[in-house]
Amino acid sequence: MGRYKLIIDRYEKPSTVEEAYDLLSSTPRSVVIGGGAYIRLGKKHVDLAIDMCNTGLDFIIEKRNTIEIGAATTFRQLEKSEILKNYYGGVIPKTVKDLMGVQMRNIVTVGGTIYGRYGFSDLITTLLVLDCSVVLHKRGKIYLEYFLKEKNNDKDILEKIIIKKDERIASFQTMKNTSADFSMINVAVCRKNDKYNIVVGARPGVGVLATKAMIYMESSMGDECDLEKVGEIASKEVTFATDLRASKKYRKELCIVLVKRALIEVTK
Amino acid sequence: MHRACKKGINRGDEVKIFVTINGGQRNIDIEADEMLLDMLRKIGLVSVKRACDTGSCGVCTVLLDGYPIPSCSYYAAKAEGHNITTIEGVQKEAIEIAEFLVSEGVEQCGYCSPGFALTILGMTKELQNPTEDDIKHYLVGNLCRCSGYVGHLRAINKYLEVKR
Amino acid sequence: MKEVNKSVTKADGLGLIMGAPAYTNDLAMNNALVIKVLRSPHHFAKIIDINTEKAFNMPGVECVLTYKDVPRNIVTRAGQGYPEPSPHDKFILDEYVRYIGDEVAVVAAITEKIALQALELIEVEYEVLEPVLDFENAENNTSMVHPEPECHSMFPMGFEPAKNIACTYEMNVGNIQEALRKCDVVVKGKYYTKAQAHVAMEPQSSFAHIDIQGRLNIISSTQTPFHMRRIIAEAFGMTAGKIRVIKPRVGGAYGGKQAIHGEFLVAAVTLKTRKPSKLIYTRKEVFEATYCRHAMRLDVTLGSDKDGNLKAIDMQILSDTGAYGEHALTVFMVAASKTLPLYNKVDSVHFSGKVMYTNHTPAGAFRGYGAVQGNFALESSMDELAEKLGMDPIKLREKNMIVQGETSPIFKIMGEGGEGIEMSIESCKLDYCIRRGTELMRWKYKYPRNQIDKNTVRGVGMAIAMQGSGIPYMDMGSAILKLNDEGFFNLLVGATDIGTGSDTILAQIAAETLGVDTQKIIVHSSDTDLTPFDCGAYASSTTYISGHSVKKTAEKMKEMIEEEGAKRLDSLQNQVVFDGKFIKSLETKEKISLKELCEQLYYKYDQKQLIASSSYVGTKSPPPYMAGFAEVEVDLETGKIKLLDYVGIVDCGTTINPNLAKIQVEGGLVQGIGMALFEDVKYSASGRLLTNSLMQYTIPTRKEINKITVEFAESYEPTGPYGAKSVGEIGIDTPPAAIANAIYNATGVRIRTLPITPEKILMALKGDASV
Repeated sequence: MGRYKLIIDRYEKPSTVEEAYDLLSSTPRSVVIGGGAYIRLGKKHVDLAIDMCNTGLDFIIEKRNTIEIGAATTFRQLEKSEILKNYYGGVIPKTVKDLMGVQMRNIVTVGGTIYGRYGFSDLITTLLVLDCSVVLHKRGKIYLEYFLKEKNNDKDILEKIIIKKDERIASFQTMKNTSADFSMINVAVCRKNDKYNIVVGARPGVGVLATKAMIYMESSMGDECDLEKVGEIASKEVTFATDLRASKKYRKELCIVLVKRALIEVTK
Repeated sequence: MHRACKKGINRGDEVKIFVTINGGQRNIDIEADEMLLDMLRKIGLVSVKRACDTGSCGVCTVLLDGYPIPSCSYYAAKAEGHNITTIEGVQKEAIEIAEFLVSEGVEQCGYCSPGFALTILGMTKELQNPTEDDIKHYLVGNLCRCSGYVGHLRAINKYLEVKR
Repeated sequence: MKEVNKSVTKADGLGLIMGAPAYTNDLAMNNALVIKVLRSPHHFAKIIDINTEKAFNMPGVECVLTYKDVPRNIVTRAGQGYPEPSPHDKFILDEYVRYIGDEVAVVAAITEKIALQALELIEVEYEVLEPVLDFENAENNTSMVHPEPECHSMFPMGFEPAKNIACTYEMNVGNIQEALRKCDVVVKGKYYTKAQAHVAMEPQSSFAHIDIQGRLNIISSTQTPFHMRRIIAEAFGMTAGKIRVIKPRVGGAYGGKQAIHGEFLVAAVTLKTRKPSKLIYTRKEVFEATYCRHAMRLDVTLGSDKDGNLKAIDMQILSDTGAYGEHALTVFMVAASKTLPLYNKVDSVHFSGKVMYTNHTPAGAFRGYGAVQGNFALESSMDELAEKLGMDPIKLREKNMIVQGETSPIFKIMGEGGEGIEMSIESCKLDYCIRRGTELMRWKYKYPRNQIDKNTVRGVGMAIAMQGSGIPYMDMGSAILKLNDEGFFNLLVGATDIGTGSDTILAQIAAETLGVDTQKIIVHSSDTDLTPFDCGAYASSTTYISGHSVKKTAEKMKEMIEEEGAKRLDSLQNQVVFDGKFIKSLETKEKISLKELCEQLYYKYDQKQLIASSSYVGTKSPPPYMAGFAEVEVDLETGKIKLLDYVGIVDCGTTINPNLAKIQVEGGLVQGIGMALFEDVKYSASGRLLTNSLMQYTIPTRKEINKITVEFAESYEPTGPYGAKSVGEIGIDTPPAAIANAIYNATGVRIRTLPITPEKILMALKGDASV
């Protein structure tokens, strides 16, 4: 009953990612801090907390063919970005804008959320549907999809994420109790020409691609009845569980509806 | 043995951070895992209050470089080099907002009020001509259990009208 | 009326927003020892062995207490009048722990960090006992939550701890079985409500110190300072004269602070160490280890003739009071006594039930206090009856509801834990409230439903409600007015302002009576040494009871001023009048200003200090009334509910302060909306509370509230101060039933368990019978 939040013995703010990585790999009980808002709620005792705030990782850069977002970028910066609102149907700002309040969005970071692989994360679902890649300091660039699935526990530091810049359009759907609550399910769909990605998250597990549904969608006529069938397939292939926010059964039902609605939005 | 917190601090070390609070520059002793909320209360700024301790309610809001953040969830060590504003530091601006809230009768137990007033101040600096939906969106992270919210909107609408 | 029915600004409003130090944790001394509590990890256990040596020896730890170190006097923690209608079932610390969160041991250290570390060094061996976790199966359970021989009730209330029964009650008007038999139409329903959490933004907080007279001073965020003084004295075997309780600013309470919380422990530590100590609850502790609303099962049967004349009401309640019985009997009784009299023309009423002990977090007082649970069941049933009759639900209510000038036999039968008081209703504007509400809601265009598109449907629903204004012959309030030189007054009241602005409205009442500006009245409240007695902020008693005592006191003061003025004008007292500024002779037109009078009174001639004091006990409890109307929009594919509009028309008599009264109703409405739609209490498979933080327990945010319209009926209660009744609780009563009715009208789905969630609606629409 005693410990109710993270205990930190040493707090360092390195000025480069290299320095941060050295600290991380050389200190056994160490942890990387982005915003710090969720990690502080964990009942651990760490020797060293490595804060990335001085390493220059808060940026949103538009390159020739890609958009790169630094790991220390806050959700509020995503929400207000003049760059991001012009791509993918503005899905990234739309995904983060309703998370908690401006206060939390001013400190919660992209890197903290992705590295945490939080099941409730709306941003992970949207990034996954956009074929996002993560760039880790030691291991380099890997697909977000693999990063989420892997059991690799080697310590590493997330530097940035990369998304291809093109005419793809995406939609994000969610169901919540009150507006500031976590999602009890989230769905993102992305269409590029005739190719579709469909991701279901907060199951309560983290977002996963509904590949069977995606394949069916590619061969569908696109009428509402068909779109609902896509949702049904997704609801059967993706695994759900019951938790305090929703039952497995209800999540399945919501999956069908939200996938359908997301598809309607991107096929308009 | 004081050393500045530019790089880091150790548990048990006497370490100071250099931070600007309400316009005044301070060197403050902090611990490695001290939250900004506790640091501010420690130096006497008791307007900053703890309510939920999970960043869910907005009661502990302070302005960091003019932007609202939840001080209960922000490590004090991060604050180095930044400008922190609590309600004690913006009495003149805050009184304007406060007078509208009080004249609407909507300020009840007062516990959420300082954090709320600071968020409103942050909003007036960030948003030009916000609609009612914009206002609700900006303030949604500030919970209030006493007032029922609609009185706040009445007061804020009046305040914004006068500001224009 | 000049100062009453005026939206005077709250005296402390500006100061609080600007961050002045005002709450318990702001005022606690810097060197106060920080208390942390070792709390039971088990639902139910006996402490076989507890070793605190290592903890005590830790540098910085000043005190470690277990049940062996504190007096063993059994009391109730409930802040109620004496003899309390709650069972005496709590020791300061006990060898039994009865819920996850119950106090095992207490550490006081010089810093919070040290105290937390010391907690981990306490070694406890528990004998884990079989817990009682289902209130519906608590009676036949072999496990006894209260095996201690000392527990008892202060008067007969059906207290049977061997069966885990905290209290039982039954009352009859007429013969219910016969009455139901004669009915043409009968509806029956079973309803469930949950253990809603108060979520006051300020956690329970208290600190204590010994003053220079060697007395224990407790500063606490509390609703009942005077009851607290008495209970602390009883628990510690002290005389009340050795204790002072002060209430500073309170950051919200709503009933959650109408009982002892940390005060036993700060008292114990400070008495032991002679040093100041403080206990500030964490949010998790507030959820798990303070109080919640009584979860209830309500079985309601209504019967009427085919013309819609209600003939019989049967209400049976099973209530879960958790590990301790604070407010068990009274909340359970109010569920009936403040709902059933709404329909006073019936031939027969039957109410019965039991309140069960379980090993859950203790339930206690919470705004509405049973009436909101009872209202949900009764007003949902009324709509069901209307439908079965083929009758408009508003017409059904108008036909059967209580009317001004009438009475109900229930008033005499049911009081606070026992018998009540016969009472005729001298102010009731329910008819207006309903009419005005239907107008503002545009009911006739919206009832029952509107299909917006294939997947979206809207519906409207309503409910009426009543509450009370204090407890007659029990709740007492008093006031002292002191005239100061220059002609301003100190008003000292025991009444407890918990953020409601009662300090301000009591000043308004005094000002109105004296004929002065409210600004001339400086209020100090809730200090058991300096202010006179008041039962505290509960039962919606402050305006009616405390307000009355203020009015009487101000009348006395006015007479005193007139007497002194008359002397100096060489007149008789009945030949002068005080108009707020001057004491004027009615005959000679000579006058003396209050200011001049004060100069004489304090410095110049026949000097004396004018002080007036009076008390008031109510002889009735005139109910405020309300009609609440809800409009909802339901997404038929997901079950998601949007509350589009809520209209509430209130009859609270005169609104002493219209702005503050409005906020009381709006605030209560949003809490009721939370209870209806958003606030769910969830337990793990093993019975542990999962919704124990604001990340999991979701109260409404401002985005959930689209439109709320509150208006007040023109009403005047002749027995109330300037015609006022009360307004503190009535706001919370209607939303659960009004929203449930609106959802039924929109979708055909009747949900009888709170909260009404999208999942329940969707599953019901899909024909899932388990909802």
